[in-house]
Parts: sequence; structure tokens; C-alpha cells
Amino acid sequence: MLQIKTVLPIPLFHSSDASSSYTKQRHHPDVQSDIDMDMDEPSYNYAELDPEESGALERQITTPGEVVTSAKEFMRGHGTLLDASGENVVATVAGTVERVNKLVSVKSVKSSDLVYYKVKERRSTSEFPGGMNEGSLTRERKREMERRKVESDALKMREFLAEGDLLVAEVQSTEGMIQLHTRSLKYGKLRNGQLTIVPASLIRRLKSHFYTLPPPCGPQGVDVILGVNGYIWVCLGSGSGGDKERTQGSGGTTDGFDNELVYSDKNDIIPPPSRQAISRVCALIQTFARYSIPLTETLLMSAYEWCRHNGLEETGVVLSRALEKQLLEEIVGIVDTDE
Amino acid sequence: MTFAPHANADGSATMQQGLTTVSATVFGSREPRAQSRGMLLHDRAFLSVEVGEAAWAQQGGSKRSRGDKRLTEIAAAIRDTFEPVVMLQLYPRTEISVYVQVLGSDGGILSTAINATTLALIDAGVAMADYITSLSIGLHLTQPLLDLSGPEESDIPHLVVACLPATGKITLATLETRIHVDRFEEMLDVGVEGCRVLHMEMQAEVRQRTTTIVERMQMGQGSTAAVAA
Repeated sequence: MLQIKTVLPIPLFHSSDASSSYTKQRHHPDVQSDIDMDMDEPSYNYAELDPEESGALERQITTPGEVVTSAKEFMRGHGTLLDASGENVVATVAGTVERVNKLVSVKSVKSSDLVYYKVKERRSTSEFPGGMNEGSLTRERKREMERRKVESDALKMREFLAEGDLLVAEVQSTEGMIQLHTRSLKYGKLRNGQLTIVPASLIRRLKSHFYTLPPPCGPQGVDVILGVNGYIWVCLGSGSGGDKERTQGSGGTTDGFDNELVYSDKNDIIPPPSRQAISRVCALIQTFARYSIPLTETLLMSAYEWCRHNGLEETGVVLSRALEKQLLEEIVGIVDTDE
Repeated sequence: MTFAPHANADGSATMQQGLTTVSATVFGSREPRAQSRGMLLHDRAFLSVEVGEAAWAQQGGSKRSRGDKRLTEIAAAIRDTFEPVVMLQLYPRTEISVYVQVLGSDGGILSTAINATTLALIDAGVAMADYITSLSIGLHLTQPLLDLSGPEESDIPHLVVACLPATGKITLATLETRIHVDRFEEMLDVGVEGCRVLHMEMQAEVRQRTTTIVERMQMGQGSTAAVAA
């Protein structure tokens, strides 16, 4: 049985829907406070929504079984259901109500809208069987391996990708089977680092999912690859001229695509300060994930900077409860109330 | 009620009713594990439920293992309760696993476990038609009593009811003793009423939690904008 695990940096869906749902939710900082204030007043009269008043449904919170609106005026979208009488649209997940013209859908906090959820779920289920350590290959994956075996040298396939390898790839299609491509030097096997897993909903779709946190963060910097499935790879920074270095580094280059490098699974020697930086970044990611704060490059950078500033370099990477609170308050701007 | 005590799970919740504490963890919908691959359904997901009991939660010091008949029975009851309500057809060819751990037992394990599972499923973002809330109802002479404790449960006839609060539909009613039909009806009515109250409480909790998460999602964005500027 083959088993391969992947961190995916590129969003699978490039549909306009997926990206617009984010832009729709973004607000100017000045307006933000007004919106947050509005949210504080719970409004329960969902049935009395005026269909003409566009955007009124936005940001309302529902839980399963709650009547969202009347089925006569609205069409039901994802995350909703007609109730027994067939008169009302009822939510099936906890999340925010969204509305496009007359289509009402509920967007779960754990996932984006349902179509996307399925795809994402498919991705995480079929490509990451089991967990980090064990699992088996799914049919989709097997087919994909076979296809690749035909294309490339069948006998050498095992040498390139073995069971249990962790790799970063682009998903190019999911029709029937999943096709992964490691089309440039960016992609390939992962090494020199640590894997950390967060809920996939915390990964925003961005132009690039490859980040480099520059040198104050460890002597060589730290690279962060945010997989859209919530798998995050934190590894030793390749430095500014990293790519050049990498191509020159070893022999056997064919057509600018260095097989040995892409499929190498030997770790470089990582100095202790870099190791500490990597594990600190992982710890920070986990901290943010615990408070469901979406990850971004700047957030991580400022959080790391905050740790340095507060002289936490020498202490352990896992923050105490009090420090965690302080971090959240100063960097993210939330005062922890619950938990 | 506490949400997400287990960070690694897709959804989890702990529910405390009196001295009974039950923690439920939901994984899924996910690819079926190797040992349960045989149960895979092509048109919908299947639910798998496992119930365990912490050693310190057991009463009378009797040792129970995972294969305990009573615990398997509870697991089966939970599965049957949730199967019609969770929208399994939305997740074909997957498994939704629920792990229930009894952390403290003082009667009403089944109903507390059902409530905890409801919360965990909601936390995991699994689509459900409605909440399922559950309560145990006892009968003392002619007086129905709600949410029994351990000693009460062992002495008087009791009924466990799980219902969909919005419609009042009952998905589970188990009774282990004989009682008069008239009393039964009375108990059922009181039980459904109790479930409604419980639903209000759970809904308020879920709503608060969801609001916090949505706020946090927004705040993360806001602050990054501020840092970048």
C-alpha cells in the first residue's frame, strides 16, 4: 500500500465565487467597529426579513434548526433545508447567513460554503488518509500514481515518492481522480522542517501560500507553506537567493528540473537557533489556531517580533496562559473572555 | 457546556448535567478508516459511535472495558438517534465518527451523551436538520421528575427521551420498566417540554460561540490590515 501526504499551497478552486465571498466580508477598519457593534444585538425575527432590503441578512448568526427566512420569498442555498411544512427555510449548520439576491445560504464557521466544503473535504479525506503517521492510499490516489507511472519511468517511481512522504503540490483537477502536479522547484518533497495542522477554515486563499519570515526569525529565516487543507509546513528558510542556490547545489540537472533536489528526502544540518525558530513559529500557529484567528504572514511576523521584543528568545517555545493572553491582546487586539 | 476541549478533533464538546460529565468528539466527515471501510455507503455517510467510560467515573468500582454491553448499547442508541437528523446524504462515501467519553457518571449518561454529541456535531460543522436534546424522566408515585441522578435512576422507573425541539418529534424513547400508559403520556409531555428548555440553553451557547468565532475571523483581518499599514 502506498501512502503519500501532501501540503497543498494552491487553492483548488479558482472560481470567482470563492474569492468574492472573502471580499464581501472585508470592511474598512472604520466601518468594522460599527459592524461589530451591530452584531452584539441579537436579532431573532428572521422570518420578517424584507426581501427588498439587500444585505440585511449578511452577518446574521444562525444555528441548526433555526428558521432563517420564508421559503416563499427566498430560494434556499447551501446549509439550509425546507422545514416539514415547506414554508420556511431552516439552517442546518451554525454560521452566518449570506444572501445573493434571493438565494439564501448559511456559511458554516468551520468551512466555507458547501460546494467548497465538499471539494475541500474530498481533498483532505482522499489525500491525507488517516493522520500524520498512518493511513492507506485511496483509489483516486492509486489511479493517479498509475498515471504518473506510465508517464515517467515506472520502475523509478518508488525512488521518487515513497510511502509516507510529505509533499507540496498543486491540485490541477479533481474530476474522478485527483491530479497533483509538482511543476516547479517550489513544489516537491518537504524537508528541513515540521508539520503542524490547523482547521482548514483558518487558511485564507491568497495569491501565494509560500511565505518567508526573514532572518530575525532564526539565522536563515523560516519558510512557511500554508496548505489550503490546513496542513502547514514550517521549515528552514532557503534564504533570499535560495532558489538559485538550490539549483546550483547539486548535479544531475536535466531541463532545469532537478530530480535529485525535488525528490531528495535528506535533511540539511539545521543549527539549534533555527530549530528553535521553527518550533516557535509552530507554537504560535497553534496558539492562533486555538483562538480561531486566520493566519497571515504579517500576523506571524508580528507575533514572532513580539516574542523577541518581550525577551522570550531563551525561554521555551510554548507560551504560558498569561503570555498567550498578552500576545492576543497586543497583536490581534482581542481580549480573551471565554474559555 | 464547553466547546472544543479537544483541539485536534473536527468538533468536540463537553456537557455537564448535574454530576454527570460527558465529552463528545467528532471526526468527519472523513475517509472511512481501514477497519470500517466495509460499512461505506455510496450515497451517504455513515455514523460510527464509540462510547468509553473513564475509570474514575464508574460507580461501585466495577471495571468496565470498551466492549461492555451497556456501553455498546448506549453507542447504538446514540447512532440510531442521530442517523435521521444528521444530513448524511450530503457527505457520500464518508464516515462521521463520534467518540463519547463519560468523565463522571451520576445518572442520565445516555441523555447527557446525546446532548454532548449534538453540540460536537454542530461544532464540527456537520449539517443537521435540528438539534437533538435529551432528558431522563422518572416517575415517583404519580409525579414525573426530570433529569434523574444516579441513585434516583436506580430506584424509580425512568424514561429517556430525545427529541427535535423545533418540531417536537421524538427520535428516542427508552423505558426499561413497566408503567401505566396514562403516566407514560404525562412523562413524555413533561420530557419534551424539558427538552425545549434545554434547547434554548444549548442554542444560546452555540450562538455565542459562533459569534465569537466570526468576530475573531474578522478581527484577524482587521489587525493585519492595521499592521500592514
